[in-house]
Amino acid sequence: MRKEVILAGSGGQGLVLGGVILGEAAMLEGKNVVQTQSYGIATRGGFSQSEVIISDEEIIFQQVEKADVILTLTQETMDMYKDTPDAVILYDSDLIEAQSGPQFHGYPFTKMAIELGNAGTLNVIALGFISALTNIVTLDSLRTVLTNRFGKKAALNLKALQKGVDLASSLNQKEAIS
Amino acid sequence: MSRTPILMQGNQAIAEGAIYAGARFFAGYPITPSSEIAEECSKKLPKIGGVYMQMEDEIASVGAIVGASLTGVKSFTATSGPGFSLMQENLGMAIMGEVPCVIINVQRSGPSTGLATKPSQSDVMQIKWGRHGDQAIIALAPASVEECFLLTVKAFNMSEKFRVPVILAADEIVGHMRENFALPEPGEVEVVDRKKPEVSPDEYRPFEPQADYVSPLASYGSEYVFHITSSMCGPEGFSNNDAEIATWKIDQLHKKLEVHRDEIVETKTFLMDDEPEIVFITFGATTRVARAAAIAAREAGTKAGVLQLVTIWPFPELEVIKYGSNAKTIVVPEMNYSGQIAEEIQRLLGYNADIRRVNKYNGEVITPQDIMKVLSL
Repeated sequence: MRKEVILAGSGGQGLVLGGVILGEAAMLEGKNVVQTQSYGIATRGGFSQSEVIISDEEIIFQQVEKADVILTLTQETMDMYKDTPDAVILYDSDLIEAQSGPQFHGYPFTKMAIELGNAGTLNVIALGFISALTNIVTLDSLRTVLTNRFGKKAALNLKALQKGVDLASSLNQKEAIS
Repeated sequence: MSRTPILMQGNQAIAEGAIYAGARFFAGYPITPSSEIAEECSKKLPKIGGVYMQMEDEIASVGAIVGASLTGVKSFTATSGPGFSLMQENLGMAIMGEVPCVIINVQRSGPSTGLATKPSQSDVMQIKWGRHGDQAIIALAPASVEECFLLTVKAFNMSEKFRVPVILAADEIVGHMRENFALPEPGEVEVVDRKKPEVSPDEYRPFEPQADYVSPLASYGSEYVFHITSSMCGPEGFSNNDAEIATWKIDQLHKKLEVHRDEIVETKTFLMDDEPEIVFITFGATTRVARAAAIAAREAGTKAGVLQLVTIWPFPELEVIKYGSNAKTIVVPEMNYSGQIAEEIQRLLGYNADIRRVNKYNGEVITPQDIMKVLSL
């Protein structure tokens, strides 16, 4: 089993932390993980991305070569990655032009995070969605990581995680109906 | 490695490695992509009786660690290219004074401030020759989070053992990368302390000639009162301009590393058991892409292997000759324009050797495809 994930957008969207949380969850399941990041010189704004590789084997080359899942949170990163073959592509539908095709899943992630009370939970909503839609990591592992990492603030993050899960399950129901 | 593995960043592993090795003094000026090392030290050192000192610049940082080390405390700093340039003057003093200390250089793109957040391996020659004068230094280059830890411990051990500054030549890729890593228990990895004098304070001389070329080092602030100078000096540590003394001193700086060469030089091999026709010679993060390319080449029917130079200075000449001489083609991937390691390999294997350079210097990482291109596989 080898899975490669890219979380891409701009500085300040919690992409690196999102990658770390995903990686820590995979480690709880006994996987090898390599997480790398690429960012510009600005603290906020500008291209930023986090890559996570999860594997049963030793991970030799450290960069993603064939992404299974990509989250894009800016038009720039959508344009970079929209033609990636065989990847599931999530995007923020308020920030990025609508995309057509079964691989694309657009939701107003940022708005949903703000409605929850903290824009910073956007990465966790996305992780909930990824976990429910794919078999990359289990929800339980993500819950454990969030609980350990955030202490008193875990409740909000767990709520955000659930929000992502609900979003994905409503999608599955829709697909089942159609 | 019995502790639970955690997802640890290379820079964090460097800070942990330093603490494991016994370092208790950090002085530095945070700079991308090394800042997490300073951050970790600022949190951890005060809790274990150590000192974290935020300095006004990198010149002062090396001044501070040289002073602290002379009091007997293992000391280090961390920086990147622009800061490493500033450190050269005091680094020269540490070499001349034979003061143990460790400098972490998490290399980024240059010249000057370059691409501040992007990786590079272009300080190879600066590490060796960044200061004026004849000198010898040790430099180690990690390719993984585990090596960030283990080579930091080794850097302190070598520094203490041979009274020489050691450079950990990391790069942005390994510094910022996170991987599974379990911190070793105390005692699991060897930790070496400097030789202390066995003579009385009256008889002590800080550069007393020794059979193994390493003189015991007393501590400032103890009953041993002694002098260290950046100028040429004899065994007693006071400035001396005699030609004979100068010969002895320069010999000493080089010979202490030459005679312990086998202990200092470390290399690793991958897929090298069947005398492959293609040999990748690598250091630091680009070892990973070379290993991936070697596997891909074998899948395409060509035998390929990797020689990783874990120690880059002193240069692993014997190993490069041993593994490189019989190869049909040598490939040297480096994140620099000038092929700083490739030039050294060419010097050893000759200008007729088929040495193919893969150089990238735009802040992007070298990919397996970049390597396959030069091999036409």
